[in-house]
Amino acid sequence: MDIVDNSIRETVDLFKKRKISCQEIVRACFERIEKYNLSINAYLTLNKEQALKKAQDVDNNRVKGRELPPLAGIPVALKDIYSTKNLRTTAASKIIDNYLPAYSATVVQKLESVGAIIMGKVNCDAFAHGATGENSDFGSVKNPWDLEYVAGGSSGGSAAAVAFGGCLMAMGTDTGGSIRNPASYCNLVGLKPTYGRVSRSGVISMGSSLDSMGHLTRTVEDCALVLSVTAGYDPLDATSSRKPVDFYLQDLSHPAIKGLKIGLPQEYFGRELNPEIKTLILKAAQQFTDLGAEVDEVSLPNTAYTIPVYYLIMSSEVSANLARFDGIRFGHAREMFGEEAKRRIMLGTFALSAGYYDAYYLRASKVRTLLRQDFEKAFAKFDALLAPVVPIKPRKIGEKEQEKLKLYLEDYVTGPVNLAGLPALALPCGFWHNIPMGMQLIGPQFSEKKLFEVGQAYQDVTDWHLKRPPLVEEMG
Amino acid sequence: MSGYRPFIGLEIHVELATKSKMFCGCCADHFHKEPNTQTCPVCLGLPGALPVPNKKAIDWTVFLGLVLGCRINKHSYFERKQYFYPDLPKGFQISQYERPFCFKGWFDEVNITRVHLEEDTGKLIHRKIEGEKVTLIDFNRCGVPLVEIVTEPEIKSAEHAKEWLKKLQRVIRSLSISDCDMEKGSMRLEANVSVSKNGKLPSYKVELKNINSFRFVEKAIEFEIQRQTELFEKGQKIEQETRGFESDKGVTYLQRSKEEAFEYRYFPEPDIPPIVFTDGELDKIRKQIPELPEEKRQRFVKEYSLNEQEADYFVSNPSAAQYFEVLYLEKNFNLDFRETARLIINKKIDWENISPADFKAEVAVLQEGGLSDQVELAKAAKIVVDGNPKAVADYRKGKTNAVGFLVGQMMQKTKVDPNLARQELLKILE
Repeated sequence: MDIVDNSIRETVDLFKKRKISCQEIVRACFERIEKYNLSINAYLTLNKEQALKKAQDVDNNRVKGRELPPLAGIPVALKDIYSTKNLRTTAASKIIDNYLPAYSATVVQKLESVGAIIMGKVNCDAFAHGATGENSDFGSVKNPWDLEYVAGGSSGGSAAAVAFGGCLMAMGTDTGGSIRNPASYCNLVGLKPTYGRVSRSGVISMGSSLDSMGHLTRTVEDCALVLSVTAGYDPLDATSSRKPVDFYLQDLSHPAIKGLKIGLPQEYFGRELNPEIKTLILKAAQQFTDLGAEVDEVSLPNTAYTIPVYYLIMSSEVSANLARFDGIRFGHAREMFGEEAKRRIMLGTFALSAGYYDAYYLRASKVRTLLRQDFEKAFAKFDALLAPVVPIKPRKIGEKEQEKLKLYLEDYVTGPVNLAGLPALALPCGFWHNIPMGMQLIGPQFSEKKLFEVGQAYQDVTDWHLKRPPLVEEMG
Repeated sequence: MSGYRPFIGLEIHVELATKSKMFCGCCADHFHKEPNTQTCPVCLGLPGALPVPNKKAIDWTVFLGLVLGCRINKHSYFERKQYFYPDLPKGFQISQYERPFCFKGWFDEVNITRVHLEEDTGKLIHRKIEGEKVTLIDFNRCGVPLVEIVTEPEIKSAEHAKEWLKKLQRVIRSLSISDCDMEKGSMRLEANVSVSKNGKLPSYKVELKNINSFRFVEKAIEFEIQRQTELFEKGQKIEQETRGFESDKGVTYLQRSKEEAFEYRYFPEPDIPPIVFTDGELDKIRKQIPELPEEKRQRFVKEYSLNEQEADYFVSNPSAAQYFEVLYLEKNFNLDFRETARLIINKKIDWENISPADFKAEVAVLQEGGLSDQVELAKAAKIVVDGNPKAVADYRKGKTNAVGFLVGQMMQKTKVDPNLARQELLKILE
C-alpha cells in the first residue's frame, strides 16, 4: 500500500496537510504504471510530460497559498474514447490509431478546469463494444486481482488503472453496463449517471440514445465528488439536461436510509443468475434491512425482451455512428474495423433496412417504452432497486471466444438501465473466490444523490471497498 | 404529342440565411469564402461531436410552411438519412422523413406535399494538381440550413413550372429568410416528370436534378416530356430514373437508374430530442404572416386609401401585395400610395423583374423622364450592367466600344445625359 492507493478524499486531505505534494503522487502513479502496465495493459497512451508539468503548477499554486479547485492534483485516466485535444485518441481500434482530436470532450475540459491531472488514455473494448475488455485491437486488459481473469468491459482499462494504482479515478462510458461491469470485476465504485446528466460531447458515440458518461472510483464519496464536477447542462449536447445539479456530497456524512424502500427485481434473480453471486447480493440486501431499509421483491415483467431490444437499438445507432470512419479526413479505411464493429454495423444496417425497419427497429423502440414503464411502476413503490451486475461466474481471458451470443445475453441485468435512461451505482459487495463482485443500486432519473446516500450507508458498515489487489497489498 | 398529359412535381431546396449553421455555431454564409475556414468538429463530423439544432432555422421553416398554407406537426423530429458520399462527413445527413415540420399546404393553385428542414452538404472540387487529377472537399457549406419544399405532381407544363417557381422565389425572398439566389446555389430546383395517356398519374417518375435556372427548368421539362412521349409512341416502357440536364445541348441524360437507387435507412436522430411546438409558439410565428383575404382587403382600403378594385387586385395577387408593402418598408419611399398601386396594377413598371430597391429609380424615370439624383443614376447603371452580361463581357475583353451599347440601353430607360450615363457605367465596369 502506498499513497496512490488512497481515496481522492484522503489524498485531498494529505495535500491540505502538506503531507504529500501533487508531484509526488503523480510520480508515484507513473511508477506503478511502469511496473504493472506491461502485464495489465491498461494504459494505451501516456500524457507524462504534460501531467508532470501540471502537477508542478498545482504545487506552485499551493505553496503560494491559493485556493485550489476540488480535484487539484488528482491523477485521473480517461477511457480512450474521450476526445483529448492533441493527445492520441484511438477508441482502442486500429482504424484510428493515429487520430489526434482537434478538441477535447466537455467532460475532459471540466476535469482539467478543476485541476485534475490527465495521466493518459486507457484501453477498452474497441469502440466500447464488449463486456470483457478483451475486444481491443491493442490486446486484452488483465484483471489486477488475478491476471488470468478479464478486468470486465468495456471500460476495462479504466477499472484496471484505478485498481493497480495508475490513477485515483478514471472516466468510463456505459452503454449497456460498460462501467458497472468492470467496476464489479475490479472492486470499484462505478456510476452510470442518468442519461443527459453528463455531457456526451466529444466522447466517441456508440449508441447515442444509451451512452452515459460515468466514472470509476474507490469509494462512494469519491464517486459523488467527481459527479459534482462532470454533471450539468452543456450547450454542445442537445440531450443534456438543464435540471440543476444536486449537491451530491451534502448528506453523505449522515446518510438517511431508515424506512427507505428497496426492491429486488425478481426477474434478475432467476435461474440465469449464478447461485453464489445470488447469495452475495441477498446478503447485501440483508445488510440494508439491518440498516433500517425495507427490502421487498418487485417485478419488471418485460425484462425478457431486454437483449433483443438492446441489441437492435444499439447496433442500429452504432451502424450510423461508425459511418464517419471512412478514412477520408482522419484514420484508415473501413476494412480496419475489428470483427465486432463489423458485426454490429451489419446487424444495425439490416435492422434499419426497408422492409425490416418496422419489424425490428420500430418494434424495439416500442418495447423500449414498455421496459421504461416497468421501471416507472416499480419506482412508484420503491426508492431504489438492488440487483447484481455480473450474473455469471467471472471470466478468464480467452474464455469468451467460443460464445459470443452467450456474452450478449449476460447484459440482461445492466442493459435495461440504459434503455430506460436511469442512474445506477455499482459498488463492491464481496468476492467470488478471489475475484471481486459488485452489486448495483438503480434509481429513478436524476436520483444520483439518493443512490450515493444508500451506497455510503453500505460502505459505512462494510469494508469490501477498502480491499486492494494482492499485487498492491504485497508492496507493503 | 396529342393525347399525352404530363405530370410534373417540383422539389425545391432553399438555403436559409441564418447567421450560423444548422447544428453548430459556424458562419452559414459560405459564398466565395476561403475553403474550409468555416468549420468545426460538428460540421466536420469529427468523432464525438454532437448536433445542436438552430432554433431560428426551425422557426423560419415553420414560418415558411405557414405562408405556404401548410399544416404544422406540433410534434416533430429530425432523422438520419444514411448514404455514403465524400461531401457528407458523418455518413448521414440530418433531415426529416416521417414527421416534417410542415405538410399539406397550398400555394398558387398547387398543393404542397411537405416542407422540411435538413442540412446542406460540403462541396467537391475536381482539379488537376501537378498533373494529377484530384478531388478536394470544401466543408464550408456543410451543415448550412436547407429547406426542402415538395409539391404534388400538379404542375401542368414546363412554362407553368417556371412561372410557379418564380412566384415561390418572390414570396420566400419577401420573407427575408433566404436570398434564393440560383447562381449562388441558395435555391436549387428538381422536377419529377412523367407522362400519361389515360390521364391517370403513372406509377413511374423521372427525377431531373441539378438545374440551376428557371429557364433551364423549363427546357429540361420540355425536353423530358418530349423524350418520354416519343418512347411511349414507340411502345417502350419508361423506367424510373434520375437524369441530369446538360444546358449546352438542352438535353437530359441518365444519372442513376432504379436499380442503383439509394436505400437511406432513415431512423430518428438520437442526438436531438423531438421538437415540440406549443400553440402559443405557433401563434407567435403565425402573427408574422400575412392576414386572411378579407382582412387584407379592408386593411388595404383603410391603410393605403385604395379603392375596392385596387385592394381586390392585391388580395388576389399576394406577391404584388407583398411587393407593394415591401416598398414602404423603406423610410425614404414616399410616393403616393395610389400612384404606386397603379404602377404595379397596370404593370407600368415591370416590378416582377425589378427588386424593390430599384423600384424608386424606375419611378423617377417614368415621372421625370430623367433621373433625380446621383444615387438613382447609379442604380439605373447597375440595372443596365446586370441586364447585359454579354456587352459587359465584351467590354472587359477589350471591346471598349461595347460601352456605347450600354449607354444606349441606359438612355432608353432614363433619358439621361449620355456623358453622365457613360461616366456612371464606367464606374461600375472599371
